[in-house]
Amino acid sequence: MYVAVKGGEIAIANSLDLLADVRRGDRAVPEVSLRQIDEQLGLAVDRVMTEGSCYDRALAALAIKQARGDLIEAIFLLRAYRTTLPRFGTTLPIDTARMSIRRRISSTFKDVPGGQILGPTYDYTHRLLDFSLAVEGEPPAAPTAPVERHEPLPRVGEVLVREGLLEPPPAVDMAPTDVTREPLSFPADRTARLQNLARGDEGFLLALSYSTQRGYGNNHPFAGEIRYGSVAVEFAPEELGFAIEIGEIELTECDMVNQFAGSGDVPPQFTRGYGLAFGHSERKAMAMALVDRALRASELSELATSPAQDEEFVLAHSDNVEASGFVQHLKLPHYVDFQSELVTVRLLRKEALQRQAEAEAAPLSQAAE
Amino acid sequence: MDGVAYNYAYLDEQTKRMIRRAILKAVAVPGYQVPFAGREMPLPYGWGTGGIQVTAAIVGRSDTLKVIDQGADDTTNAVSIRRFFSRVADVPTTTRTAEATIIQTRHRVPETRLAEGQIIVFQVPIPEPLRFLEPRETETRTLHALSEYGVMQVSLYESVAAHGRIAKTYSYPVVVNGRYLMSPSPIPKFDNPKLDRNPALQLYGAGREKRIYAVPPYTPVKSIDFDDHPFEVETWAQCCALCGSRESFLDEMIVDDSGTRQFMCSDTDYCAERRS
Repeated sequence: MYVAVKGGEIAIANSLDLLADVRRGDRAVPEVSLRQIDEQLGLAVDRVMTEGSCYDRALAALAIKQARGDLIEAIFLLRAYRTTLPRFGTTLPIDTARMSIRRRISSTFKDVPGGQILGPTYDYTHRLLDFSLAVEGEPPAAPTAPVERHEPLPRVGEVLVREGLLEPPPAVDMAPTDVTREPLSFPADRTARLQNLARGDEGFLLALSYSTQRGYGNNHPFAGEIRYGSVAVEFAPEELGFAIEIGEIELTECDMVNQFAGSGDVPPQFTRGYGLAFGHSERKAMAMALVDRALRASELSELATSPAQDEEFVLAHSDNVEASGFVQHLKLPHYVDFQSELVTVRLLRKEALQRQAEAEAAPLSQAAE
Repeated sequence: MDGVAYNYAYLDEQTKRMIRRAILKAVAVPGYQVPFAGREMPLPYGWGTGGIQVTAAIVGRSDTLKVIDQGADDTTNAVSIRRFFSRVADVPTTTRTAEATIIQTRHRVPETRLAEGQIIVFQVPIPEPLRFLEPRETETRTLHALSEYGVMQVSLYESVAAHGRIAKTYSYPVVVNGRYLMSPSPIPKFDNPKLDRNPALQLYGAGREKRIYAVPPYTPVKSIDFDDHPFEVETWAQCCALCGSRESFLDEMIVDDSGTRQFMCSDTDYCAERRS
């Protein structure tokens, strides 16, 4: 008897065993350690933490190892773990003005208070394959500045805000929405939107932000400031009544300055878009800032005509765990619905062919009369 | 890590309470899509996360669970979900429709008539019946609030105009309790009549879209149609090659290289019962 679907249980078990085997690869090659992934594939770890919404380098490294380097799969693994964690409170807002800076640049001024600090970046590398990396060897240690910088660097935007040239950051008078605990509804408030974008797929946001630069909702951006470094995370337990520092996280922040808007009451001033990501994730932070600004179209009375300005379009499709699952669910059996379609298409074809035959027969019979 | 690091039925109790509240609201307003704070599940979105969350919120050790996909208990995704629940909820499972207290399903309603006290949980990919006519949630919510369903009637009319009959075959829209237009999930329209005044509780979970809706027992469910083009279901000239049934939904299989077809029941339990 032909039964295509029998034996699913054993087949699945075998598939899982084979996957584990393939994941390990050739046993003669040493196994990669979580420390190695964290230290040497750090930017992958940063992305997985950002889109996985969970700041834990070891867990992100584990997810990358388990996913064989498929970062979206790793993000999924981390998310599914994160969702089971109990919430014991909300930290105070982090203060990126007090960031311990590793890199800080502004493209709006030649020099800014505190200077342009390049830090570790691919920006000025020539993209030539470095064949010396193909063999093991240690690069020399990088030179360090004579004095370690401790004093916080003022943000470039603040100077412009003081002059009234740039809109101040919007005042937030509400507890932030938690998009992982409340369903997204439209119109979304800005806290929900920024969370959604921060978790959103880097590739999706990159393409959308690029589309604004090519004229689909352009808002003439300048990279007001991009900073990367570490900030303290503070928590104020109720029983203590004051804040304590519970750790430090690395962040990339992008403050995008965009073309001016004004109204009857407000003279023209530059507007902003905001991006924030865990670790060193400049592409993501910049793309997020551009899309954030594009999504403020209606708030700033701009005509919203492009995909990047369409809140429902952007926020409903930014999540790669959702998108990946739904696209790939087409692999599941759909033979019942397909059968239903087959029955109907056969019926429609039969009726159509009948009508055709009748139409062809009709003129002949008329001619015969 | 199994069973130790995770709560009973995977979800934490707070999440289960939140989902149960959404279910109660859904039962109170039949056919209305209740937004709920869907969680990330360890199975991919689009693979039944909504149904799994609903089942996880209502399942207990005294339940007996049946999981089907395409009507069959042994399709890969049904196997995977059943394994998930026996692993995290320690719940007895069955393939017998009559023995189950909870039936989680994708794309079918069992042929065996459900009874009072049973719960059928549907996995729903797109809960909004108007989605492909109006992609915006803000718009469709307004249309539901106003019971403004003309657009769906027009789309069926367009189908009649183009094909001479209503060509919609699955996810065939229904009106629940004379009020809300509802997607029955991608079940073939063959199964729509089973939803009407069914003695079992019907729960629908859409995980990615974060919506839960319900049809309480014995609630009228009407497939929308026209007086001159009444709703009708699929029929087959053949009968099941295994059990000879002429009443069940038949799957078509290609059994050799020359394209010979064979038909058999999509509901594997129903077919096996008839043969035993």
